[in-house]
Parts: sequence; C-alpha cells; structure tokens
Amino acid sequence: MTSPNVRQWVSSNAWVWSYAGAFLVFVAMLPFTSGHGVIQTTQVALQFSTFYVMVGLGQMLVIALGNGNIDLSIPGVITLGGFVGLGAGGDGPWGAATAAGATLLVGISAGLVNAIPVRILRIPPMIATLSSGFVFQSVAIAYSRGASAAPPALLADVTTHRSAGVPDLTIIFVFLSVVVAFTLRCTKFGRTILALGQNARAAGLTGLRVGPTITFVYIISSTFAAFTGLLLAASVGGASLDMGQDYLLFSIAVVVLGGAAISGGRASTAGVWGAGLLLVLSVTLLNVIGVSVGVRFLVTGLIIVLVLGLANRRA
Amino acid sequence: MQSVTVSRRNGLSGLAPLLAQHTRLAVPAVALAAMVGFSVILQPRVMSYFGLTLLLRYSEPLLFATMAQLCILTVGDVDLSIGPFISLVNCIVSVSATSSPTRCALELIGCVIGYVIMGAFIQVRALPSIVVTLGFSFIWLGFALLTLPTPGGSAPDWLVSMMAFQPPLIPMPILLAVMVAVVGDILLLRTGYGAILRGIGSNATAIQQAGWSLLIGRTVLYGAAGLCGVLSGLTLSGLNTTGDPWVGAQYTLLSIAGAIIGGAEFSGGIVSPIGAVFGAGIMLLSGSLLSFLDISTDWQLSVQGGLLTLVLALRTFSAWGVR
Repeated sequence: MTSPNVRQWVSSNAWVWSYAGAFLVFVAMLPFTSGHGVIQTTQVALQFSTFYVMVGLGQMLVIALGNGNIDLSIPGVITLGGFVGLGAGGDGPWGAATAAGATLLVGISAGLVNAIPVRILRIPPMIATLSSGFVFQSVAIAYSRGASAAPPALLADVTTHRSAGVPDLTIIFVFLSVVVAFTLRCTKFGRTILALGQNARAAGLTGLRVGPTITFVYIISSTFAAFTGLLLAASVGGASLDMGQDYLLFSIAVVVLGGAAISGGRASTAGVWGAGLLLVLSVTLLNVIGVSVGVRFLVTGLIIVLVLGLANRRA
Repeated sequence: MQSVTVSRRNGLSGLAPLLAQHTRLAVPAVALAAMVGFSVILQPRVMSYFGLTLLLRYSEPLLFATMAQLCILTVGDVDLSIGPFISLVNCIVSVSATSSPTRCALELIGCVIGYVIMGAFIQVRALPSIVVTLGFSFIWLGFALLTLPTPGGSAPDWLVSMMAFQPPLIPMPILLAVMVAVVGDILLLRTGYGAILRGIGSNATAIQQAGWSLLIGRTVLYGAAGLCGVLSGLTLSGLNTTGDPWVGAQYTLLSIAGAIIGGAEFSGGIVSPIGAVFGAGIMLLSGSLLSFLDISTDWQLSVQGGLLTLVLALRTFSAWGVR
C-alpha cells in the first residue's frame, strides 16, 4: 500500500542505494571474518572511507556548481598538502598547529590557482584543474625531493585514536559533513551553489553573487584535499609522491555513486558517506578474499562504471 | 537552450572563423619552431640526423597517444584512460608477443574492442565521458597489473629493431609525424564521414536528425582512438624493450595538452590533426628544453601544465579581440 510512496521517496533520495550496496557488501563479507574480526574490519573501513569523504565533500560542492565544474587537481593538492604540512610541522609543542596552518595555506592558494583560470580566463574547469593539478604535483616533487618529514605526535595520535571504538577522524568528519549539508540547504551561499548548477544564467540574473561563490567553492575543495593529504600522511607516518593517485577517481566516484547529479544542481552529503563505505567495503572484501592488486583495481573500476550505467537513467 | 547555441554558432560565419582557423594552426607551429630554434641555439649538435633522432626519441608513443585523444575530443568527450591503456598494451606486448604472437594479437584486438565498448556505453547510457573513462582507467590498470604484476618481460626483437630503424636522410620520427598528420588530416577533415563525426561534436542533434547514427559515429571514433592507443603502446614497448604496468601514466595529460595546444576545442567538433602533431612536439620538447637550460626535471610537469593553461588563456584573449 505504501509502496508508491516508498518508490517516490527512493527515487528522490538516490543516496539510499549507496547504503543498500554498502550493507550488501558488508553482509557478503561476514562469512570471511570471524568474531572480533568484524569490528576491526568495520573500524578500518570507517577510517578509510573518512578519507574518501574528506575529498568527496569538496568535490561534491564543485560538481554541484554544474557547467562542467569539476576539480581534477585533487591528487596534486593532496600530495602538496601532505608534504608541505608535515614539512612545516616538526616536533615542537606547536608542531600540529603549524602543520595545520601550512596546510590551510596550501589549500587556499591551490583553490585560488584553480579558480582564477576558470573564472577570469574562462578555461574549461576540467582542463584548468587538470593542468594546475600537475603544477601542484611538480611543486611537491621539487619541494620534497622525495623525502618526507615525520608527522607531529599530536597529529599522528588524532589520525589513529578511537573514541568508543569509532575513529576520531570519522567523528570529526561526520560533524563537518553535517555542517556542509546545513550550508547547502540553509544558507544563501549553499543555495547559490545549487542554483548555479540548475541554471547558471538564471542564477546570475537573479543577482546572486556568482563569481565569489565559484571561487570560494574551489577554495573549499582544495582545502579539504590539502587536509586529506596532511591527515593521510600523518596516519601512515609520512607523505609519499603517489599518495594522491587513487583519489582522483574516488573523489568523483563517491559524489556520483552517492546520488548527486554529475551535471550539477543536486548534491547529497549523506550519499558521499554511503558511497565511500560502499567502495571501501568492496575493496576490504576483495582484500579479505585475498585477490591481487590487479583484480582489486579491475573490480573497483567495474563497480563504478556499472553502478553509474545502471543508476543514470537517460533524461 | 539548444537553439541559442545553434544560432550563436551560425552567427560566427564570416571572417572570424577563417582567422581563428589560421591562428589555431599558426600558434602551435610558431611555438614548435621557436622551441626547436631555441634547442638548436642551446645545443647546436641537435641539428644533425643523429641529434634529431635522439631528441625526438620518445615522440612516436606521444604522437599516437595525442591522436587517440584527438579522436575522443572530436565528439566533445575527453579520455582520462589513455595513459593506463597504453600501459596495458605495453604489458601485453612484453609478456606474450615473443612467446605466443597469436595470443598477443588477439589480446590487442580485444583492447581496441574494449575502447569501442567504452564509447558505446557512453553513448547508450548518455553518461559523462570524464567519469566513465576515469572508471575505465582502473579497469585498464587492473588488466595491466594482472598481465604483468611487476615491471619485466621483453618486447619482441622485430619491434625493437623496427623502432631503431634509421631511414636515409630524414629521421624516422619526422617521417612518421608527417605521415600521421597527413592521414589524420585526410580522414577527419577531408572526407564526408569525417565531417559527420566532427558534426557530432558540435551539434549532435542536427547530425541525428539528418539520419546519421550517433552510436556508430562515437564507436568509430573510440575504435580509432583504441587503435592509436595500441600503436602508442607498441612503439613505447619497442623503445623501452620491457614492460611496466605504470609506464603510461604521464600520457593522459600529455595527450590532452598536445591535442588542445594543437588547436582542438574542448567543446568538441573542432580538431586539427596537423596542429596536434605540432602540439605533441611541443610537449615532447618541453622536457628536453628544460634539461638544455639545466633546470631540474622536477619542474617538467609544471611547464607542461602551465603551457596548456597559457595557450588556452591566449585563445580566450584572442576571442576577446575578435569580438
């Protein structure tokens, strides 16, 4: 009796699919883990999906702008944020704070470097961010010469500590996700982003502050990416030049699989978490089964392509 | 919305596109000539048969990768999977070309079919190429790692000696570049079906209403891109003589930059195979020029990314001038 209502609700809340998928993969994983293994696996999955969510939130806002806006510089910013953050940190009492400050600076400047060609020079965002991403990567290469400083103790603790079994990072980023969701829904800035994605011309004619909004969104995305780099580097004990590599695909995948429209105008913060969990649990399942790296890449790629093909009904 | 775009495109007819067409080719041609000139001033030994062969040593894989990207840009798509695809071809060739040539050939044909499927998938499900090709990049990389988990294997001798072949008078890379430019120019710019294919990039609805299949058009171009990708992987294998699942990574940016600097428009429909050959040359020389200038190759990616942004910025400025 309620099924039409349910169907309607599901079709307007596409993000539930990502949770359904994540749950299915989780159930499929149960026979392979025994006893306490389940809790540990879940904790690790939460930890890793938090990293995907970090970059996913920024990418989600950029994609929501529509008109081809997308941030392909994320891997470069992650690497640069990781190296510069740890490099500025050090062992002193203010190590973590300095590292965070330097990372913030990296994020803001990278966002500006992305936004200027997109807005003023009218270069397609994909090309602009792709090439700036390579510039960031090469600055990271030149800055680091391959060597990374050790993370400040406080930062390393934050990235590995758990409160009541839940990783601290996950708690922090659930909170930040709520802030992002609230901003999108209830503030003029958030509504401007969505309005731009639905109809940029109309949004401009309404008198919304289009330009500054775009710039600010790129800054937010780069800042999320830079902090992902710092936290990722802190959690594994040092930055590496290829640490951002997988995040280009994953940042876009969590947004799109989470039910947001790739053409912009529709975003789902909850979906980013669902899709992040789905992807991480799938990879965990493959790891538990014990397949090779090749199969892992292959299956991840297939999942993304197939889910996208099934979910995206033709307009 | 559609009609607005159409009328704006039509409104451009007249002197402006003619001018744009020529600057489109002139800019990369002049830039490449300047880079060659600069290289010769810094390192006079470049200007000899042997010097040129050495300077242009890695031009063939880049040339074919750029042509592959050009095919995809023609329909207004972009291919973020060409790098890993080249790695996959490199791995297949290094593992099985010597021991079982038939299997190797079949696998390479399978690779091209993979590209056709990718194009068909994008067309049928009306998906954004950027996300689909990113997804496929993981699939190619996965296959590459399955074929060859760690660097190794060896390219067949005939391929290695073919890449080392030195024709009289003109170095091989230059001969090949001219050939590729001519063939690409004829196929895409001077045949009727080439015009249809470009039409899909500029106005798909019009092409469809004129009775042409968008599905066939897109798969033809993706198939051609796959073929170019295979050629790129083959030539790279002949040069490197060994396989590496990560070797192709750089070609994604380089191919996009080469094609776009060479005059292709990101929105589709406007491409220039001759320009793309110049573009590939610019990307190739940017690396050698840095080492001639004694600048650390750490900055190579910056220069290549910066060049791409610079050319697009210049294009925007010149559009302001025309207006």
